[in-house]
Amino acid sequence: MAAAAVLVLIVLACLAAPLYATYVSQSDPFGSNLDGSITLGGQSVDIMQSTDTGFGVTPIGPTWQGQYFLGADDQGRDVAARLLYGGRNSLVIAGGATVICLFFAAVVGVVAGFSGGMIDTVLARALDVLWAFPVYLLAISLSAVLISHGLQLGPITVNADSLLIPITIIGIVYVPYVARPIRGQVLSLAQSECVLAARCLGVPRPRILFRDILPNVTTTLIVFAPLMMALNMLTEAALSFLSIGVQPPAASWGTIILDGEGLLYTRPAVAIAPGVAIMITVVCLNFLGDGVREAFDPRAKLRVKS
Amino acid sequence: MNWAKKTLLGMLAVCAMAPAARAQSHYGGTLKIVAASAGGTIDPQVNYTNQYWQLFVNVYDGLVTFGKASGPASNKIVPDLAVAIPTPTDGGTTYVFTLRPGINFSTGAPVTPDDVVATFERIFKVNNPNASSWYANIVGSDACLATPATCTLPKGVIADDKAGTITFHLKSPNPEFLDQLAVPFAAIVPAGTPGKDMGDTPVPGTGTYMITSYDPQKALILKRNPYFAQWSAMAQPKGYVDEIDFDFGVTDENAITAIENGEYDFEFDPAPSDRLAEISTKFPAQVHINRLLAIYYDPMNVNILPFSNKDARLAVNYALDRKAAVNIFGGKNLAIPNCQILPPGFPGYQPYCPYTLNPGTKWSAPDMVKAKMYMAKSGMAGQKVTVISDDQGVDPALGTFLASELNKLGFVATTHVLSANIQFNYIQNTNNKVQISITQWYQDYPAASDFLNVLLSCGAIHPGSDNSINIAGFCDKTYDAHVAAALKTAVTNPVAANAQWAAIDKEATNDAAWATMFTPKELDFVSKRVGDFTFSDQFHLLYDKLWVQ
Repeated sequence: MAAAAVLVLIVLACLAAPLYATYVSQSDPFGSNLDGSITLGGQSVDIMQSTDTGFGVTPIGPTWQGQYFLGADDQGRDVAARLLYGGRNSLVIAGGATVICLFFAAVVGVVAGFSGGMIDTVLARALDVLWAFPVYLLAISLSAVLISHGLQLGPITVNADSLLIPITIIGIVYVPYVARPIRGQVLSLAQSECVLAARCLGVPRPRILFRDILPNVTTTLIVFAPLMMALNMLTEAALSFLSIGVQPPAASWGTIILDGEGLLYTRPAVAIAPGVAIMITVVCLNFLGDGVREAFDPRAKLRVKS
Repeated sequence: MNWAKKTLLGMLAVCAMAPAARAQSHYGGTLKIVAASAGGTIDPQVNYTNQYWQLFVNVYDGLVTFGKASGPASNKIVPDLAVAIPTPTDGGTTYVFTLRPGINFSTGAPVTPDDVVATFERIFKVNNPNASSWYANIVGSDACLATPATCTLPKGVIADDKAGTITFHLKSPNPEFLDQLAVPFAAIVPAGTPGKDMGDTPVPGTGTYMITSYDPQKALILKRNPYFAQWSAMAQPKGYVDEIDFDFGVTDENAITAIENGEYDFEFDPAPSDRLAEISTKFPAQVHINRLLAIYYDPMNVNILPFSNKDARLAVNYALDRKAAVNIFGGKNLAIPNCQILPPGFPGYQPYCPYTLNPGTKWSAPDMVKAKMYMAKSGMAGQKVTVISDDQGVDPALGTFLASELNKLGFVATTHVLSANIQFNYIQNTNNKVQISITQWYQDYPAASDFLNVLLSCGAIHPGSDNSINIAGFCDKTYDAHVAAALKTAVTNPVAANAQWAAIDKEATNDAAWATMFTPKELDFVSKRVGDFTFSDQFHLLYDKLWVQ
């Protein structure tokens, strides 16, 4: 419950990003502000501060006030405001990728497991091939191609800077991770007494699929959802850190870490803040996943009771 | 001779020998250089990066070279493998070089006139990036450009083994021919060197060092060339260190820390801006600032929307806050705002800046009124623009900054960051339809045409090629005619030609095919043990001049 509550708070905070930028930070989180200044303690302070030696310009550090609460990045933008906007993109990508992943995994797993024969062989081997690729290598390869030119599939055009690209890539690369256990479960269910009895009674196959197989598979998908979302969030952060996820000036927690990489020695908060946000969110999602699994897994309940 | 005289003479002798003895004591040791990534092929006739040209000048020699010195002497051409610099004859179309005798490759084989001929044929065989521009003036080059694999230059480059001479015949006088012979592309390599890009395999040279191993994932190692004997300290001095280790895979941030700790001696990549204050205050004696004959600029593709519209390009030029760009680069001590094509101090440079609040010779502030006026006139508000930058150093930050400036004008701009390994070629290829990008240009040699002709002439456009250096795709026949006239003048009257180049510089600046941001300076941070730091305008830090003990 605590994990779910923290997650809800994070989501609400991210949804409130425009309000924060307008009323608290009072800055444009996507525009450079290299010549700007703010008032601190009654004094005007440059956001990008030149050194006495004239070499190097350092962004303002955390003020612990409304404006520039976590300081500025190398473009003079408010890190706290970008953190909230970045969280929106990170959550949308992780959530969207999870939906795509679970949908395709369910379709492939159920069709393969329930059809059997040649269809099963072909789909299972296709999953094996996809599984054999290192996930990050596959994701980086797909991203490098799609981020350059966007995606054009018949009448469908997706721009290179669209969030749909990282959502689709991350969703697709993890399909085997869910589809394989789903297929195994369907194979097992297909041999269960209830399904065999239904077949003996002459129940049509679609009915068996929708009444006996899918309800059982749905439980597994629900258990997978938070775990995959956590995994997808980490993958999105990695891709964005490598400049092949969310494209600037848009932000995600991964891009903000990248922005902070060059400031690690002088303004570590820029990289640490999104890192902590990712860690808290992923930990919460994992706890939530464990909770959901325990809630849906009868054997876990039995263990708790005994 | 009495005792006092003997003592005095003895003291004078010791004083006279002291510098030599001191210099002698500096020979030896290993110079450790580091960079984030390798610089590609180590074929000197293919590689076109500062990273490796800086090394190649220690490994290879041309017939002539730029002086291995600091300041103006580094822009002066001196004889290298040639005995002397010849005076051109036949109206400036024939050059006869006499090869210096007794020079060997690192394999032990002697350098012969045939090697020189083979070298120039190989320039075409390996599809040298500038074969079609710099070396296309050699008689017979047309056939070589058409069928590089079978290139021969029987009428263009002629060897006379007995006399030890090589004769070059040019189609027309070329005021920059010697400059083009002095760069690593024209390094003399053995006649038997395969006519293909040698990639990771070292090609023998005549320099003070030779490449002994190269792994682009790990390191490039240079050791002393056992057959090297110094023939000209100005052309190819004997290097102080015995070995140069160039490691790859260390980020600029980590490299700075490693140099502070004495683990490396020099970082090739620019120091990250957030460490500049630290190194300049804690280690001032180890920091060296030098001018660069270079520009950071934003080429705008004049052939596709929105920058096919000149008003849109003018709007960008007026709006660009060059002071902010300078701050991203590291502050006012490390860069100078610039509006024009030529960098300060370059031949033909005359200060000119129309894109500022008070137009004149210096940029002072953006003129947003004019910028918005031109933007409204262009009708390009709302156009989507993608800024392409690379992922090294300050370039991603400059890309983000430029996108922000474009958004302020009314474009809908995003940044696309590409690996530095591919970005420079990607933005050149017209097939990629790049609208605007962040890039830099460093002089190849001190001649205005190296910017104004190389980067903006119609001949520098090669549609569909990764080597189409006129990134903006700017082509104006009138402009080209002015360039041709200046080149012609330069053959006989370089001073008059520079006045013409200054006018061409203004013309190109007014056409606004790109937005120049600033002229950078180079900040080099070396380890405590490094001595004799020598910075050449041409090849920057001269590794062979450094000592480490």
